[in-house]
Amino acid sequence: MLQLAPEDTQAIMLSLKVAFTATLLSLPLGFATAWLMVFRSFRGKVLLEVLVNLPLTLPPVVIGYFLLLLLGRNGWAGKVLDTWGIHLVFTWKAAVIASATVGFPLLVRSIRLGMESIDRQLVQASRSLGASWFDTLLTVVLPLSLRGILAGSSLMFARSLGEFGATIIVAGNIPGLTQTIPLAIYDYASSPSSTMMALSLCIVAVVISVSVLFMHEMLGRNLEKKELL
Amino acid sequence: MKLQIDVTKTQGNFTLQASATVEGHRTGLFGQSGCGKSTLVHLISGLVQPDRGEIVLDDLTLFSSAKNISLHPEQRRIAIVFQQAMLFPHLGVKANLLYGYKRCSTENRRIDPKAIIEVLQLAPLLKRGVNRLSGGEKQRVALGRAVLSNPRLLLMDEPLSALDDTLRFQIIPYLKSVSAEFGIPYLFISHSVLEMQLMTDQILVMKEGAITEKTTSDQLARNRMAGSQTGYLNLLALRNPVMENGLHRYPWGTGNLLISDGQADEPSLFELSSRDIILFKQHPEAISARNLLECTVKELFGSDGRIGAVLSANGETLVAEIVRSAADDLGITEGSTLFAAIKASSFRKLG
Repeated sequence: MLQLAPEDTQAIMLSLKVAFTATLLSLPLGFATAWLMVFRSFRGKVLLEVLVNLPLTLPPVVIGYFLLLLLGRNGWAGKVLDTWGIHLVFTWKAAVIASATVGFPLLVRSIRLGMESIDRQLVQASRSLGASWFDTLLTVVLPLSLRGILAGSSLMFARSLGEFGATIIVAGNIPGLTQTIPLAIYDYASSPSSTMMALSLCIVAVVISVSVLFMHEMLGRNLEKKELL
Repeated sequence: MKLQIDVTKTQGNFTLQASATVEGHRTGLFGQSGCGKSTLVHLISGLVQPDRGEIVLDDLTLFSSAKNISLHPEQRRIAIVFQQAMLFPHLGVKANLLYGYKRCSTENRRIDPKAIIEVLQLAPLLKRGVNRLSGGEKQRVALGRAVLSNPRLLLMDEPLSALDDTLRFQIIPYLKSVSAEFGIPYLFISHSVLEMQLMTDQILVMKEGAITEKTTSDQLARNRMAGSQTGYLNLLALRNPVMENGLHRYPWGTGNLLISDGQADEPSLFELSSRDIILFKQHPEAISARNLLECTVKELFGSDGRIGAVLSANGETLVAEIVRSAADDLGITEGSTLFAAIKASSFRKLG
């Protein structure tokens, strides 16, 4: 029923790899950003807020173009990386960066919602019982934000799987190298003879998305059960 | 414990400017809600920084804007018992109890978890999740957790406000015994005169962001006698009653009291409002009130137009409240002898 060429399998594996890496890399930064926005007051908080949420409203193509300018051979980040012998543009790593940038606001939003529901007095109790702020972060804030982290990770993972606009600009559409599921479907869709191939990849995308959502629900329920003990 | 406070803190359009020195193990901080009690708790514990001033606990400067000192909350060793228990929901009872203990350096660990578990009767709760505890059980665990962090000072920020009356008086003995048994001084924050009488010796009174008065719990109750809905509350700790015609006869001083309410096997605490004591100049022939005590007026005090008479009866002390004209009719002076009638049902058992 499913018609998958070897390149398609590669695209599926690459999509999973990119989404997984992007989510994993963004988690610590997302957690830290959410913590800053919820628990700290500082100058320029509004600016940080706008900056974090910007990818949510900007067209992904625009983000991709900015990333290309930044990471390209003449971009300032690209130049620095070049001296260390690292080239990101048109590799799968660039796809990771594109996905991470686009999915980051979703991750931060979810973690933030989780953190905002933590009673401030729990944090105060922890501090007055002798825990430093970092200790409190690890032993009170982190475990109590787990649901938000989980929700954010699922959202981000799913968003990364669907990333198209930014990825095609900064990573290209090289089969076997940077071609993820959406890019492969785009290729198939432009040739009328490949309807079945496109459809097969679509089904795979649906299956992965549904699995992610299922896993999210299951883990969420497990956490809930634990809390009720 | 000696606590010296002299701080200023502005939050929005509220300014706290508090200055006081207190010494002693059982200190109260009294004031209506919104007067800045909680802000002061935050300043002492280090959760909020004062704008200016100094806070010194015993010999340790916790905060000083002049010397540029501001210890972090975790360095102050001041534990807080909040209004809500604030147990960590992701940890079990045992992990909650030991949270502060584990973070306390070994040389400061004076209190053994086993001792606390025994005093607070926590053993049956240890295996339970914190979400399966009742309000009173939660507060006991919270108290144990705070004490086990081996604090130099325990801040009790209205720890009884969220509990109903029955639970409140069940918890009070725990609060008292923990501090007495383990020698931890506390600052008890509340807006209840009764709680102040039960929990504290000396009291700082706060009003509109300032400490306006330093007094004793008895003096506070006397000052507020006329204004309070319940008058001055006499507190009587009684035990070993004998049943007599459906009433409990409790030994009290050199005599007895007949009380409707009571409990045979355990000591009980009763409150008696100063307004429930009727005074007679001469021995009445027959009255319905079951208690008639001969007493001497030890002291008279005024409270907003009312007169409080401190009576000595059976070698014990009671405060009765009368209006000025009644005082004139009775011709009360210090040293005069009177008869006090109290109905058996006027004694309210606490808890």
